[in-house]
Amino acid sequence: MMRRRPLTWRKLSNQFVKIFSTAAVLLAVGAMLWILYTVACYGFRSMSLSFFTTPTMPYGGPVRGGIANAFLGSVMITFGAAVIAVPPALCAGIFLAEYKDWKTVSNVLRFSANVMMGIPSVLVGLFAYIILVVPTGNFSGFSASVALAIIMFPVIMRTTEDMLGMVPDALRESALALGMTRTRATVCIVCLSARKGLLTGILLALSRVSGETAPLLFTALFSDGWPKNYFTGPIANMPVLITEYSTNSPFEVMHQAGWGAALVVTVLVLVINMSTRIIFREKKI
Amino acid sequence: MSIKIEARNIDFYYGNHQALFNNNLCIEENKITAVIGPSGCGKSTHLRIYNRIFELYREQKVTGEVLLDGENVLASGVDVLELRRKVGMIFQKPTPFPMSVYDNVAYPLKLHYKLTPRETAERVEKALRGASIWEEVKDKLKASGLALSGGQQQRLCIARAIAAEPEVLLMDEPTSAIDPVATLKIEELMFELKRRFTIVIVTHNMQQAARISDFTAFFFKGEIIEFGGTEQIFTNPKIKKTEEYITGRFG
Amino acid sequence: MFRYDTAFKWICLVCAGVVGVLMLGFFIQLFISSFSAWREFGLSFLWSRDWNPVTDKYGALPSIVGTLSTTVISLVIALPLAFSAALYLVDARPLIGEILSHAIDLLAAIPSVIYGMWGLFVLAPLMQKYVQPFLADTLGLGRFSFIGTEFNGFGILTAGLILSIMILPYICAIMRDVFRMTPPMLRESAYGVGCTKWETARDIVLRYGIRGILGGVFIGLGRALGETMAVLFVIGNIMEMPSSIFSGSATIASTLANHFAEADGLQRSALFALGLVLLLMSFGIQVLAQYYLHATGARRGETR
Repeated sequence: MMRRRPLTWRKLSNQFVKIFSTAAVLLAVGAMLWILYTVACYGFRSMSLSFFTTPTMPYGGPVRGGIANAFLGSVMITFGAAVIAVPPALCAGIFLAEYKDWKTVSNVLRFSANVMMGIPSVLVGLFAYIILVVPTGNFSGFSASVALAIIMFPVIMRTTEDMLGMVPDALRESALALGMTRTRATVCIVCLSARKGLLTGILLALSRVSGETAPLLFTALFSDGWPKNYFTGPIANMPVLITEYSTNSPFEVMHQAGWGAALVVTVLVLVINMSTRIIFREKKI
Repeated sequence: MSIKIEARNIDFYYGNHQALFNNNLCIEENKITAVIGPSGCGKSTHLRIYNRIFELYREQKVTGEVLLDGENVLASGVDVLELRRKVGMIFQKPTPFPMSVYDNVAYPLKLHYKLTPRETAERVEKALRGASIWEEVKDKLKASGLALSGGQQQRLCIARAIAAEPEVLLMDEPTSAIDPVATLKIEELMFELKRRFTIVIVTHNMQQAARISDFTAFFFKGEIIEFGGTEQIFTNPKIKKTEEYITGRFG
Repeated sequence: MFRYDTAFKWICLVCAGVVGVLMLGFFIQLFISSFSAWREFGLSFLWSRDWNPVTDKYGALPSIVGTLSTTVISLVIALPLAFSAALYLVDARPLIGEILSHAIDLLAAIPSVIYGMWGLFVLAPLMQKYVQPFLADTLGLGRFSFIGTEFNGFGILTAGLILSIMILPYICAIMRDVFRMTPPMLRESAYGVGCTKWETARDIVLRYGIRGILGGVFIGLGRALGETMAVLFVIGNIMEMPSSIFSGSATIASTLANHFAEADGLQRSALFALGLVLLLMSFGIQVLAQYYLHATGARRGETR
């Protein structure tokens, strides 16, 4: 007769893990809610019309500053990044998804894209500094757009490939059978069919770069006026504003403005992120 | 002639959809009972009640009783872990654990018993012999379980199932994914196994049921249409439906 | 008509090739820009402790130690939490599981500068007031030199804590994918021999999906390694070898962000050299992560 292992120990461990895993989920969700609540609470006090319409002012001046120029600057930078990144990234994704006869090249490029997605954004900022800021001699919104575009590129490339991969081959074949060129079939039929997924990928990349700060520290820096020279001078933007006001200023007023800006950025990023989940859900059904 | 398992008034539900209707079945000890019927008629569902493996899925529910040696195993106070030690299961596809051959068979031993390494090694060898696979793997005990052929993997799973000395073996179409030569090996094995264990086997292969089983239950649309000695069922079925299935008119 | 097709194909190929060019470009440019630092200090840059703009002597060791220690702390905290959270989520009721999964994934969407602010204004004061005294005095851990009794709410521990919250959603998502890919029959086999839920997860599911899990670990590692803003706000930015996990310190990323604006000449070159070190570390980790994830087909880790 064999000696039995006590069941109580096994059942206790099982129970313990059950409790621990529930606690882990609660901790994670709790942390998320805590952070969002903090941003909402602190940032809410800054919410006012003038906050959105007044540009930033140095501390102690006659007019209380807002974030209008920073918001505009961020919009310009992000929009510029999208213009630079989206068309080539879409093409790159199309190459990976549609042209299967170059297996090795595709694999290498896919691998590179995956690796690039994990490279710290601060290094991308450094790179943009070297190739744009140094030669031109000035910080600029454009160099920031390039840095953000570099970050967006592999994300859009891979999501495009994945989304196009979900389009059934039968669709491609029927387009070609009608006599369409490969190009036309790909662009007009396959991409059209996967448009929701492609849009999701672009939005995800946008939401990711909207909050990026480190690259902007090396490229756009900051300036206290309305964005005038996108290509030739530093430009006001939200993330750097938040950083400056929070860490480089001892004044409560500035911290408060920083929280307001943080709230705006957070809301924007979450809205884009959540809308991608909604769009993508509809597509699945 | 004693009854090992008795199923009484079993109704089974997948959510709101009822799959088994008033199943009553007696499984005799140390005999092979085959469960046959067309696909989708509830054979596997019925089998999976005996070791309560259906409880993994929230929407699957059962009412009724299953008596193992006279005690209802569906009752709430029953220790399911012990039940599953007593009632082993073999699945449609071989499912070796991602470990070595030795560790696969030793795993249930480590789970349920406190044994010295030497005792474990003895039991592992006994189980592998009992599954007629010892000679083939004795030199590659450290190899991964997944490195064996399909038929060998299934016999490994049988060895794993018998290692902890169960009393009943449930087999859910165990040879459906195995080549014919290996299938024959497993069928021969089952004749030996039934001396030590009670076996219930679900199979869609009527010839297999006729070859190896002592008793046969014919299922149709969730009901047990007929049950009796295998020879009687196959040569002289009492119910028309059974005869139609046996003679291949459907399924 | 067909030349059209070839042209389009080549356009797409060139666009795809951009990633390869960029990757190479990172290495080349960083190396070129850091050349004077390497020429001045040689490989000893990697283990020198000084960072002194006055004497123009620079060493990477404090930053590297800071990077590694915050990363290790973040993994130690995040891995068990992510693993068990994933266990819970794949077995939960469909609706609850989905909502909670989305909620945890939202952690990944929050910009790092927000984490930084939360860390600076909320977590650091809490650490100073409650957590650190608890660890040092109440639990008596202060007698270990790597913990010590000097604290001010900032430092390696706080940074590690924030990093763990930041990397948790990535690791958790990959683990969820890996768990879901376990064949149901294998799991049923494990239950069939009498395993409890935990035993099934620990002995069968984990082993079956170990490659994917390792991939997830490396993805989390990579994220923690390169995180800049959140760390910048709470680590104290002290370019000295840290003496305990309560010490102020610096990571490579935070050093870059902090010192770059005012640096020039040799210091700037040294910063680029730091960047190159970080690039090499990240690249290696990412390659490993992709190697492990490739085998499983789990999500590559970034597209959330």
